[in-house]
Amino acid sequence: MAMELVCPAGTPSALRAAVEAGAHTIYCGFADETNARNFPGLNFSQEEMAESIAFAHGRGAKVLVAINTFPRAGAEPLWHRALANAESSGADAVILADIGLLAHAAEHHPGLRRHLSVQAAAANPDAINLYAQAFGVKRVVLPRVLTVAEIAAINREIDVETEVFVFGGLCVMAEGRCSLSSYATGKSPNMNGVCSPASHVVYAEEGSELAARLGGFTIHRTKKDQPAPYPTLCKGCFTSEDQTGHIFEDPVSLDASKLIPALARAGVTALKIEGRQRSRAYVAEVVRNFRAAVEAVAAGRPMPEGMLARLSEGQAATTGAYAKTWR
Amino acid sequence: MSADTSQTLPRLPRLMGGAIRPLPLMPVSLALSALSRKLSRDHPGMFRRLGEHGEKRFVLDPTDLPLVLLMDLRGGVPKITAHRRAPVAETRIAGPLSAFLGMMHGAYDGDALFFSRDLVVEGDTGAALALRNAIDDAELDLVAELAAIAGPLKAPLKAVLGLAERRSGLVLHRVDALQGGW
Repeated sequence: MAMELVCPAGTPSALRAAVEAGAHTIYCGFADETNARNFPGLNFSQEEMAESIAFAHGRGAKVLVAINTFPRAGAEPLWHRALANAESSGADAVILADIGLLAHAAEHHPGLRRHLSVQAAAANPDAINLYAQAFGVKRVVLPRVLTVAEIAAINREIDVETEVFVFGGLCVMAEGRCSLSSYATGKSPNMNGVCSPASHVVYAEEGSELAARLGGFTIHRTKKDQPAPYPTLCKGCFTSEDQTGHIFEDPVSLDASKLIPALARAGVTALKIEGRQRSRAYVAEVVRNFRAAVEAVAAGRPMPEGMLARLSEGQAATTGAYAKTWR
Repeated sequence: MSADTSQTLPRLPRLMGGAIRPLPLMPVSLALSALSRKLSRDHPGMFRRLGEHGEKRFVLDPTDLPLVLLMDLRGGVPKITAHRRAPVAETRIAGPLSAFLGMMHGAYDGDALFFSRDLVVEGDTGAALALRNAIDDAELDLVAELAAIAGPLKAPLKAVLGLAERRSGLVLHRVDALQGGW
């Protein structure tokens, strides 16, 4: 049986494209700060969510609703409403990070399946087992800081399913704990659902260079023949003493497609594709390729060669921590 | 490793740009504004999705044509006008005409076109993203929209647009992802 493919949708049309392209499961969120992709023009109203879930169910696909930011003190009802709306829309599960919200969901929505978001950064068996015992979590999305061997070790000591990222934007900061973006913009992924929000991004052609700025800070300068970067601080090009380069991270994307057989052997249940902020064309293309890959692995055939590099940030890819050579 | 989209994106021949240059812009503006009003009536969700950016002005600059388009959303009635030079706007998006049409029809991914430098965004990046996402969700089809207002000319119009699509490589109807067509 093929591994479950969990695919992104930022809009109802992207959800339909993912289903048509062969996604087993789609994850998406409401159009507010309850989800970690709170970008302009993206996400679902409650009505759109219910219609989209009905569409997916009609074609045998599941829908997971990401409510994976951390509720602001005093504003918890917004997150509680999102949980209730996800359940009434027919969601197959919710993806949560905050322990208060997990407790609320377990108490008030016991029939709604709970997955642990990558934002919770549960990266060892003790943490995962605690979430399972205390809140009835059935699946954990593992942080992108683990090797395949570490994932296998975790799976041997837990009773819940694991889901891992295999393609898309890569963030190797301690997940759920990065507030770097807020130093330049006042907004961060965990509180507001936005890392390096577009409202604070400015591009300017300056002579032969493209300057990419975040909150007034120049994060990159690229020549005409180089790929254009998105100005996230962690992937910025900085000068430190006499060296100029990507001090924290290179602007590359994750592509662990070649590791699918190893991840299957490590006991992983589901493979997750990042990219709710991308177009329906991207979603369809990536999902189609990964569906072919998981079917090939399940049938014992060689994996098809990838053709996804052009879709990646920086137009370059890495296997990230899964095959770690840099620790 | 990386695919060079600039080698595969169709670009209009310079001769065509030269042929268009002397044409008056007023009829183009009138036709585009009529089309945008129809789109706003038929796809209200697209304008709702723009949210706080629904009162802004966007310059769309097809770099292989000798004109730029101003999409003005102020006042709740979308208006598109053609200009020789870019007027004042909150956001400017520039690239080959094929990139705009390909994004609109679900054939190309806007982020990928931006990473490859086929598209350039200046000004309010949030507004540009909102516009991209709103149009992407609307699942527009230019051929179908034009045919709907063509009356008795529907059949010949579709034939002409089909021929233009095959000859130019421009994506003029909704195709969703062109498999391997990047």
